[in-house]
Amino acid sequence: MNKKTFGNKLVASPYIVWSAIFIVVPLIIMLYFALTDSSGNFTLANLSGLGEYKKAFAISILYAAIATVITLLLAYPMAYFMSKLKISSQRMIFMIVMIPMWMNFLIRTYSWITILANTGLINTFLKNIGLRPLKLINTPGAVILGMVYDFIPYMILPIYSVMSKIDNSLLEASEDLGSNGFNKFKRVIFPLSRPGVISGITMVFVPSVSTFYISQKLGGNKTMLIGDTIEYFFNLGPDYYNIASAISLVLMVMILICLFIMNRFSDGEEGGVLM
Amino acid sequence: MEKENIVELKNISVAFDGEQVLDQLNLGIKDKEFITLLGPSGCGKTTTLRLIAGFLEPDCGDVVFEGKKINGVPAYKRQVNTIFQRYALFPHLNVYENVAFGLRVKKLPENEIKQKVTEMLSLVNLSGFEKRNIATLSGGQQQRVAIARAIANHPKVLLLDEPLAALDLKLRKDMQKELKKIQQQLGITFIFVTHDQEEALTMSDRVVVMDKGKIQQVGTPQDIYNEPKNAFVADFIGESNIVDGKMLKDYRVEFSGQEFRCLDRGFSQNEQVDVVVRPEDVDIVEYDKGMLKGKVTSVAFLGVHYEIIVDIGGFKWMIQTTDEHFVNDRVGLYIEPDAIHIMKKSEYSGLYGDYSSYSEEIDHLSDVEEE
Repeated sequence: MNKKTFGNKLVASPYIVWSAIFIVVPLIIMLYFALTDSSGNFTLANLSGLGEYKKAFAISILYAAIATVITLLLAYPMAYFMSKLKISSQRMIFMIVMIPMWMNFLIRTYSWITILANTGLINTFLKNIGLRPLKLINTPGAVILGMVYDFIPYMILPIYSVMSKIDNSLLEASEDLGSNGFNKFKRVIFPLSRPGVISGITMVFVPSVSTFYISQKLGGNKTMLIGDTIEYFFNLGPDYYNIASAISLVLMVMILICLFIMNRFSDGEEGGVLM
Repeated sequence: MEKENIVELKNISVAFDGEQVLDQLNLGIKDKEFITLLGPSGCGKTTTLRLIAGFLEPDCGDVVFEGKKINGVPAYKRQVNTIFQRYALFPHLNVYENVAFGLRVKKLPENEIKQKVTEMLSLVNLSGFEKRNIATLSGGQQQRVAIARAIANHPKVLLLDEPLAALDLKLRKDMQKELKKIQQQLGITFIFVTHDQEEALTMSDRVVVMDKGKIQQVGTPQDIYNEPKNAFVADFIGESNIVDGKMLKDYRVEFSGQEFRCLDRGFSQNEQVDVVVRPEDVDIVEYDKGMLKGKVTSVAFLGVHYEIIVDIGGFKWMIQTTDEHFVNDRVGLYIEPDAIHIMKKSEYSGLYGDYSSYSEEIDHLSDVEEE
């Protein structure tokens, strides 16, 4: 017993040390700042004063939710058709989905500025064919577009991975029992792909709700998301760490609640009424 | 023909990637019969089943159901149901919902579904398992759910694709009896696919022996065993000694250098033929009194009988006897006329029926592959 557990501990120790230093300690620091004032005394004032940022919270959640739904609607059929292709074609499409992720996230977002800007690609084209330029950059639409573009691989991959594992004999069985295409999807494919959908939603919603870079670059300064608010306070200096930590804490708790609700859906074996 | 054919396959050919899987296949399946497609893996038996189910379309030829051509009719519109080799139960549904699946698709009222599912589960002895998760069931129980799920839809024809292959021997024997019972109780046509000849003989009204995409023989289990059409069928069904012979005239055949009386006629004079003698039909007698004379080269005790290999002029015969003999004994063989079965020469002549390379282990390996 001793020997084995010692061996296990040894193997796990680099990860345990890593997570202690870079996950647990920062969380404790955040909690400390959130519950103290600038001179280090315990207070709940940071948290009780957060009502002011209701709007930023609401917009963040709204934008992230819209981006997640759009991402899901685009990624689900994409993942489905990918899983139906020949293995060699599947690999190629998989690569095409992955390639943008090899590029830095900031650069990918930045590239959209040159496309959407008032003198960018689209508007130059419209002008050249004699149409009026459109207001594209610095709009909520641009922010949501940025979120969808940046995070869509995180939706496609888990759904694809679950779909490609669905045993073909289950689809044949459902056909055999009288299911047409629609019933086959509703009663077999969708329920079986749900774990992939849940993890895709999580992996797109969480980074979307807390992003600040996308909204700054593509939304101008008009849309202040909760991520922007946190960044803003940190930039003001150490006196504002407490309020920034308090906002972070609340955001984190909200995300955890969302994840918890989502996991309830993926556990429920029988109730097939998600969405 | 006392009963109508419910399913007919006419001149069916199927090729996958240039490889001929079914070759000009013709078969009529009668209403309410238990028919078995029997053959080694790759013989086209599962392909035949998938054609009837609608998962596959033939390259040419017609699939006919109740007198109507059903080529191109999708699987979900056909009045047949399938029991899949690995059951293909839905892992996201419990036992009740699996059985109810086809009924829900048909949008039957809830109380009717409930009554039907309860009835089906009691038919397969799974009452009380309604709420159980599929993953918690044993192989035999999953098998029963698959049966209940398929027959809940009242198919006219039930297709069974090696449904017992994954079960252990004892369970398999029980399920054979139970399937047969269910078939008689429901009075529907069963088309059963297996590579296990014993299973085919015990369960079927008729057996279709297939090899290389062609039907080798169709008949009752007795016909197939007693009157095999060629060396392949003789060897695949049970044990056989198959020797080269010459038909001297009606009721007279010569093999192993001796002349024998037999019950076969209608061959041309001096026609080369294959002669089949089943190991249990040979009597061992004293050396001097034997019609054939040889030396025992191996003896295996199998409980019910001994399996003895006797070398007769270089050809090894297998003989099953309840008397004990020893290696190197010199023995005589006595063969009754009705134990001799004459077959026309075929592409399979000379490939089977000699036990010179025979070994227990090799012969029984084929039973293990599916475990």
